[in-house]
Amino acid sequence: MTPTSRTIKASLGVAAMLVAFNASALQAKPDAAATQAVNGGKNAHASTADHSKFKELQKNFKTGPEVTEACLLCHTEAAKQVQHTKHWTWQSLDPKTGQLRGKKNIINNYCTSVVSNEKDCMACHAGYGWKDQSFDFSVEKNVDCLICHDSTGTYRKLPGYAGHPVYKRVEFPHGSGRFVEAVDLKKVAQSIAMPSRSNCGSCHFFGGGANGAKHGDMDSSLQHPGKYLDVHMNEQGLNFSCTTCHATSSHQVSGSRYNVAAAVTGKAAIRGNVDSTPSSCQSCHGNKPHSEKMSRLNQHTDKIACQTCHIPEYARNDIGTELSWDWSKATIMDENGKRIVRKDSAGRRAFDSQKGEWKWESHVIPEYRWFNGESTYKVIGDKIDPTQTVPLSVVGGSPDDPGSRIWPTKVHRGKQPYDTVNLTLTVQHTGGEDDTALWHNYDWQKAIGTGMKAAGLPYSGQYDFVDTELTWPITHMVAPKEDALTCVQCHSKNGRLKGVPGIYMPSRDGNQWLDMIGWTVALLTLLGVLAHGAIRILTSKKEG
Amino acid sequence: MTVERIYVFKRFERFWHWSQAMLIIFMLITGFEVHGSYHLLGFASAVELHTIAAWTLVSLWVFAIFWHFTTGEWMQYIPTTEKVVAMIKFYSVGIFQGAPHPFRATTLKKHNPLQRLAYLGVLLFIGPLIWFTGWFYLFYGSWREWGVESLLSLEWVAFFHTAAAFMMLAFLIAHVYLTTTGHTPTSHIKAMITGWEEVD
Repeated sequence: MTPTSRTIKASLGVAAMLVAFNASALQAKPDAAATQAVNGGKNAHASTADHSKFKELQKNFKTGPEVTEACLLCHTEAAKQVQHTKHWTWQSLDPKTGQLRGKKNIINNYCTSVVSNEKDCMACHAGYGWKDQSFDFSVEKNVDCLICHDSTGTYRKLPGYAGHPVYKRVEFPHGSGRFVEAVDLKKVAQSIAMPSRSNCGSCHFFGGGANGAKHGDMDSSLQHPGKYLDVHMNEQGLNFSCTTCHATSSHQVSGSRYNVAAAVTGKAAIRGNVDSTPSSCQSCHGNKPHSEKMSRLNQHTDKIACQTCHIPEYARNDIGTELSWDWSKATIMDENGKRIVRKDSAGRRAFDSQKGEWKWESHVIPEYRWFNGESTYKVIGDKIDPTQTVPLSVVGGSPDDPGSRIWPTKVHRGKQPYDTVNLTLTVQHTGGEDDTALWHNYDWQKAIGTGMKAAGLPYSGQYDFVDTELTWPITHMVAPKEDALTCVQCHSKNGRLKGVPGIYMPSRDGNQWLDMIGWTVALLTLLGVLAHGAIRILTSKKEG
Repeated sequence: MTVERIYVFKRFERFWHWSQAMLIIFMLITGFEVHGSYHLLGFASAVELHTIAAWTLVSLWVFAIFWHFTTGEWMQYIPTTEKVVAMIKFYSVGIFQGAPHPFRATTLKKHNPLQRLAYLGVLLFIGPLIWFTGWFYLFYGSWREWGVESLLSLEWVAFFHTAAAFMMLAFLIAHVYLTTTGHTPTSHIKAMITGWEEVD
């Protein structure tokens, strides 16, 4: 194993905070050579500053906030910048409806809601100390610089600490006999670097509580992808990092699921053009990306997103992605009243008495939808209609809208609790060691009671489970062009775009009446001339 | 009855006819595959070959139109009502009784009245319909640039293109059969190959 790859593997350990059973497999192995590889290796952007030489960092830091205070001595505006980003606020304003979305406000059908579970969830917050609704978002020293800028791979945030790293050696998961070492904050602070795949990946690869669970187009395989998996991030090729596309300015990371550039038109962007969105295919490729010889493909760009053909399947690996989560099966115990934990044949979580039942899939064929970049989300407190599948996020757009394209999406289906009287999805207190935590006491009534109280919502005391659906655009894991969809995969009666409305596709579509009449006329003409010929032969024989 | 041989189809005309025939048959085969009627060459190849054949046929037509006007041969397609009824009677009754063909082809009038009408129909109706719709089908990506996006829909362009193709198919079937109705069953075909037609 090369020093570089060891570093990346090691930093992946950070993510294990969400993936208890993976923690030991991805155990951090700090290594001086590895650190150097990232700081001075050819894969890293060589910095003009060596943080290990700064006198402000020659200190035995006791806590994360202490490190941040040291950072801010030089980077005076950094915390203010971060405090304006979603990485800090976990909030996103819908400019059209004025609705506040973001992880803080929405309800999904993975872990459902962060409210009342902050101590666990905030392991992925770029901050320290968000343990309940009283968190003060203005305190600069609570911004966590290290989760994004650590290059040692030793900086880990575990659930239960409200976003603080491990200051004391601790057994994790509890009762597993495995231990996580205390972080050496001095060393981490002196090894600052630009965010690498492992920094972003430590949270974004493991969303939903397991490797690949949430997105399907993002998982730990993007740490060392080959060309097949990701033509841009291919380590032997272009070797993009996340921030190559998600170009960042003043800590604002471009490109977000809450505001997708779904239909970028025009030529490739020129560097420095502030109006262009760097995190779209078109910003580098333009909207006529195919050669003159393949110019017909360019004609597709007004209806079809690049991703539709160039991400023929997502989760193209053994890790796979979760396609459904049934919370109604949670709290089912074995005959002795003990917790059941079961994995599927590929070693992925399949059942857990704490959380319910999951279904996973690899090499998933996307579901295709018109999408204009605007998604609508259910937020905490929104009314629902339990007689139907509740859409938790819907991609907007239609065939008549010139700003819409046909996109590949992942649809995650779930079953989760709702208040049968107030008709709202419930917020439940899941994580924690207290009496009302679902994962501790297996009591839905108590868990919902605590969750709803924390969310400030009325709870009738009556709950049941409802089907829900979450639809997200797929945009990562772009395949090499050899693996792009071929024409016939859509241009056929039962192709990929079967049922996508508002578009005429040769081979898929046609007028049934015209076909019937056309073939009938052709057939009658044929029969007519055959009959005519036959009579001619017969009559000529008679005469002859 | 004496058999006479006259020269009806000049060299270019014969070349035009047969290359056009092959191209049209080929475009029917590939076109109906693009339409989704069957799988033969594969959708992508069918589209590619259909397009190449279309451009070839366009080039051929440019030469053919030039030829027709410079030689005055276009006049062969001027419709006439003379003997139309006689022709219909011949095809529906007389042909079975060994009656003589009411039309006698000459170098100056090589098409019988029904042929004139049929070919004129192909030239003035099916042809333009198929070219016009085919052109917009092919340049679908330029509709916005041309400002016709709001006026056209691919669904209807494809509808009329397909409708014209069915008409062409029906014409082809009837046309091929009618070549056998000359002095002998093969005399028309021979004429189209050699240029020389045997007439009664």
